[in-house]
Amino acid sequence: MGVRAVLLALVLGLMTMVSGAWAGETGPSFPKAQGNCVEDPATMRRHHFDFLKHQRDDTMRQGIRGAKHSLKECVSCHAQVKDGHAQPINAAGQFCASCHEYAAVSIDCFSCHATTPQQQAEAKR
Amino acid sequence: MSTHRVDYLAIPAWTKGWLTLVAALGAVVAVAGLSVLYMEHQGHWVTGMTNQVVWGMPHVFAIFLIVAASGALNVASIGSVFGREVYQPLGRLSALMAMALLAGGLAVLVLDLGRPDRLIVAMTHFNFKSIFAWNVILYSGFFAVVGFYLWTMIDWRMKRVYKPAAITAFLWRLVLTTGTGSIFGFLMARDAYNAAVMAPLFIAMSFAFGLALFILFLMGSSKALDRPLSLELLRKKGRLLGLFVAANLYFVAIQHVTALYQADRGPVEAFILLHGGIHTWLFWAVQVGLGGVLPLILTLRPDASRDRLAAAAILVALGGMAQIYVILIGGQAFPLTLFPGMETTSSFADGQVASYVPSLAEVLLGLGGFALALLVTLLGASALRILPASLGDGEEATAEVLDAEGEPHAAQ
Amino acid sequence: MSHDTTRRDLLKSAAIGAVAIAPGLTLIAPPAQARAPGQPASAANRWGLLIDTRKCGSVCTACVDACKTEMGLPALDRPATDAQYIRKVDVKDPKTGHQHSLPVMCQHCAKPPCVDVCPTGASMKRADGIVLVDRHICIGCRYCMMACPYKARSFAHEDQSGQKDHNPRGKGCVESCTLCVHRIDAGGQPACVEACSKDGGAAMLFGDLNDPKSEISQRISKEATSRIRADLGVEPAIRYQGI
Repeated sequence: MGVRAVLLALVLGLMTMVSGAWAGETGPSFPKAQGNCVEDPATMRRHHFDFLKHQRDDTMRQGIRGAKHSLKECVSCHAQVKDGHAQPINAAGQFCASCHEYAAVSIDCFSCHATTPQQQAEAKR
Repeated sequence: MSTHRVDYLAIPAWTKGWLTLVAALGAVVAVAGLSVLYMEHQGHWVTGMTNQVVWGMPHVFAIFLIVAASGALNVASIGSVFGREVYQPLGRLSALMAMALLAGGLAVLVLDLGRPDRLIVAMTHFNFKSIFAWNVILYSGFFAVVGFYLWTMIDWRMKRVYKPAAITAFLWRLVLTTGTGSIFGFLMARDAYNAAVMAPLFIAMSFAFGLALFILFLMGSSKALDRPLSLELLRKKGRLLGLFVAANLYFVAIQHVTALYQADRGPVEAFILLHGGIHTWLFWAVQVGLGGVLPLILTLRPDASRDRLAAAAILVALGGMAQIYVILIGGQAFPLTLFPGMETTSSFADGQVASYVPSLAEVLLGLGGFALALLVTLLGASALRILPASLGDGEEATAEVLDAEGEPHAAQ
Repeated sequence: MSHDTTRRDLLKSAAIGAVAIAPGLTLIAPPAQARAPGQPASAANRWGLLIDTRKCGSVCTACVDACKTEMGLPALDRPATDAQYIRKVDVKDPKTGHQHSLPVMCQHCAKPPCVDVCPTGASMKRADGIVLVDRHICIGCRYCMMACPYKARSFAHEDQSGQKDHNPRGKGCVESCTLCVHRIDAGGQPACVEACSKDGGAAMLFGDLNDPKSEISQRISKEATSRIRADLGVEPAIRYQGI
């Protein structure tokens, strides 16, 4: 009994160390956007989905426009432009995808929502 | 028999035949699962369903199973609510099958959704003006109500609530089938539906389809387990089936005669009854002929043999599938009337009869629903004492019990 | 190309156009003011259309084309499953041979059957009468498509790409005409109406049915109009002349 407990503790301890080290090395890296976000990064990290969900219902169901937590704005600030083309925000290594992949949380937004800023794309045409 | 002692025995599990059957049913369910993955990954364009025929083969199977589910419960209700003792030994199987068929039907329905991953949304957002939302509650409640009813049948300590449970379950199933029929009855947009007769029609359909499937399972299981099944009991059930089939035919007649009397329903009735191609053929030959008139002849003869009764039950189920196909697909294939009395054409198939060619994946999903229902029934009857040890006449019954287990199990 | 025009340009040109005719005598009054940020849609408005089918050419598809561009509906060459928010319907009287053509889209009913039957409340009517699908909670059951008397709705039968940011759409949900709610909220008018006045027969008029001074209200109070399947009592916001 005692031996088993010690072994288990050892294994668990090792796992924490290994996983900690791994996380330190390869945490999510994503392109930084220009300018300031509508909230500070710590708040966004914790609450962005609540903000987005709250505003989506306000906009969709009540028609409230112009509030600050807009998915469209996320995309327009955070999408990278490479070789004159906006990169889809949900492409591997891009802003949304990198973190969500790291946290193993799938995003349902972009099966419907545009993944590149529209104004830019249309201006270029 | 002077005493009414009924012994129930679980289906012996892990035998060769049992394993084969479970594996076969499991395989059909697995294939259905693969079909779902394929359809959901590709999207519905790989099915036969379109913007014109929005509900297809999965819904035919699902509605058949759901309607049959409430009907399968009738055997139990006749025994308990209406006090016919000869049906009481079958109450447990009746309740189990009702739940199993509903599970199979709902699985098919849910897996055909455009976003089955959002099932939780359907459970958390309710629009109480929607008969669909009510059905979500009625279907979930059915499991609870019938599950409890089954418990009162199995556990003698629950005997005091047996009768109230039976009455609740019976009323619940009536409301449930009314709800299912009302899915169509409330659709004012479509000429083929939008009639109050849909609710009683669906109840009559459920009586017939549910009893047909029940008879088939009973005959199949008694043969496989080598348990006696009295021909007299079967004939009684057969006559009841004939009665339900007649009721179904009656409501079908009402459905079409009332529609024929309304001038604006003329075109849609002409389509279904006269020149609707596959729909007309399915209506007259399969639904009315094979699934209505022929079973009537087979079941109402007092000297009906086992084979004839089995054939009648199969025909009723087959006719039932055709009936739901004609209601569901036929009703959608006929174009919407935007401009009464006018001929219309457009890029969106206005004024045209829609064609529907079911894809293999859809049909496999539907068959998976049947397999799932059968699998649940089989596993349930293997884990619990559901099936009577004997439904034979006289001495046959007790002999069988003692042979099978060595000690009798008193259940009453 | 209308789709290359940004919303700002559009408003600008609309304003100029209105002023240019004659100050004080605006023939095409701006149908709506952009709603202030943070303000919800209001029941004081009831947006609607008046479509004069006598001005609608049978081969003209300006409204349909504009809708496809505006809403980002690509042609996948699968007519049975491709989305169509608006379509041209040719109507012929079999007795007399008289023919006419008209656009049909979501009729934005006051009593929408699609909203009644939706189990989750995804199918909804906004305060200003615009009927929409909240695709965040649409489960794709298609009951609304069964219930709609106008066949106004489409189901996204496959993965979509190239969505417009004002019209998110994806596989497994039902969609339909939004009356260009994104333009209306910004003070504009639907893309089909704009295209019809520019490239078509100027058969479509957009406006506020609740505002007695609006051009649409003025016209429907003076001229005979009707609605498709008015007998159903769902009270559409789309009125027609000449049907």
